[in-house]
Amino acid sequence: MKMEKYIRAPLDTETISSLKAGDFVYISGTIYTARDAAHKRMSEALAGKGALPIELKNNIIYYLGPSPAREGRVIGSAGPTTSGRMDKYTPALLDLGLKGMIGKGRRSKEVKEAVVRNGCVYFAAIGGAGALLSKAIKASEVVAYEDLGTEAVRKLEVENFPVIVVMDADGNDLYEKTAENRNDG
Amino acid sequence: MRTIETTEITKQIKEMCIEANYFLPLDMKRAIEEAKDAETSKIGKHILGKLCENMQIAGEDMIPICQDTCMAVIFAEIGQDVHFEGGYLEEAINEGVRQGYQEGYLRKSVVGDPLIRENTKDNTPAVIHYQIVPGEQVKITVAPKGFGSENMSRVYMLKPADGMEGVKRAVLTAVKEAGPNACPPVVVGVGVGGTFEKCAVLAKQALTRPVQEFSKVPYVREMEQELLRKINETDIGPGGLGGMTTALAVHINTYPTHIAGLPVAVNICCHVNRHVVRVL
Repeated sequence: MKMEKYIRAPLDTETISSLKAGDFVYISGTIYTARDAAHKRMSEALAGKGALPIELKNNIIYYLGPSPAREGRVIGSAGPTTSGRMDKYTPALLDLGLKGMIGKGRRSKEVKEAVVRNGCVYFAAIGGAGALLSKAIKASEVVAYEDLGTEAVRKLEVENFPVIVVMDADGNDLYEKTAENRNDG
Repeated sequence: MRTIETTEITKQIKEMCIEANYFLPLDMKRAIEEAKDAETSKIGKHILGKLCENMQIAGEDMIPICQDTCMAVIFAEIGQDVHFEGGYLEEAINEGVRQGYQEGYLRKSVVGDPLIRENTKDNTPAVIHYQIVPGEQVKITVAPKGFGSENMSRVYMLKPADGMEGVKRAVLTAVKEAGPNACPPVVVGVGVGGTFEKCAVLAKQALTRPVQEFSKVPYVREMEQELLRKINETDIGPGGLGGMTTALAVHINTYPTHIAGLPVAVNICCHVNRHVVRVL
């Protein structure tokens, strides 16, 4: 059964285990953004034993590079980018305590294994709905890699940010479901 | 002979970059709205409804439809009796892109070198395709292209023996591999014939055709209709989460080719299929 659930970020184990592929979820709380260039830098930091710019434990990373904010606004357009480009870097972050990811599109076998191994969750936001999604973002602050421009790491305060569970902690993948078993009557 | 100031080109390009990223062409908007009404999957209908809401917010609140405001792709059809004055045309076009992306609060998504990857911070350079045509007009098409779908586009060098069935198979393969990554519902631009690079440009041009306006060539039109039906039977659906709306249109452009070859390019575009056309 598809469910509507309201959850807080950072995540806790109980919340994650209650989420099932296909659930409509509304996230409130604090999440972080990082996309290609920030992932590369975080990976380099880990390889060099450097410090990561954000605490990963129990947190959610949103694969987002927003458009610039107009004066007096929090953020510009703010929809998800394709998650698969982060696959190379993701298992290491999940093994270090990252619990959730928001993006769009398929993930690799290695990411799925790391999601199951660590009890994590992968959400999709609606691709190409950046104007709508920006309305759920109440505050935005660059916290690392400012020189990367749109690709900097941002700390976001979100309120009922709408996502769909694509991959739950048991490894169920909504993209692999067919019309027969999607429960979408 | 007609003289056009290149400052006029800059001004037009600037306005067109902004318009394209905030307002979808009416044919695209209508196609998404119709798909929402027709969609039978609950989750698919939900997502299409959100896309309609998104388009409305974008126009009313002046927030770009998508945060990926693209690399600017520009087709310039230049009448051979036109003379440009005031500076180098290509620089005038890039200046228009620069001003549009700055003043329009559009995302700067271009890196200056594909491997060093430093952002140029003004979204230049654009990708520009020039064509010299008869007359003394200039027709400019600004078709910004997002990379979620660009990354899922493909070129296949088929054999002549693969024929029409081979082309259809290639298109279906590309769309299935793209799946949820390309932000469906998509528009599929297909280029058949020419050379390796020609078919890719044909496919890109096919995306700028008014959506659901089929080819005037009877056999091509039939292929477009058959492919659209087959793509929408894949159940990829809106957002890749299931449904009957995987593509809004399939547009195929063809060109003569070599006796030994059958090049096919499949350029996939997300539902934010942006293009603005102006004739000067």
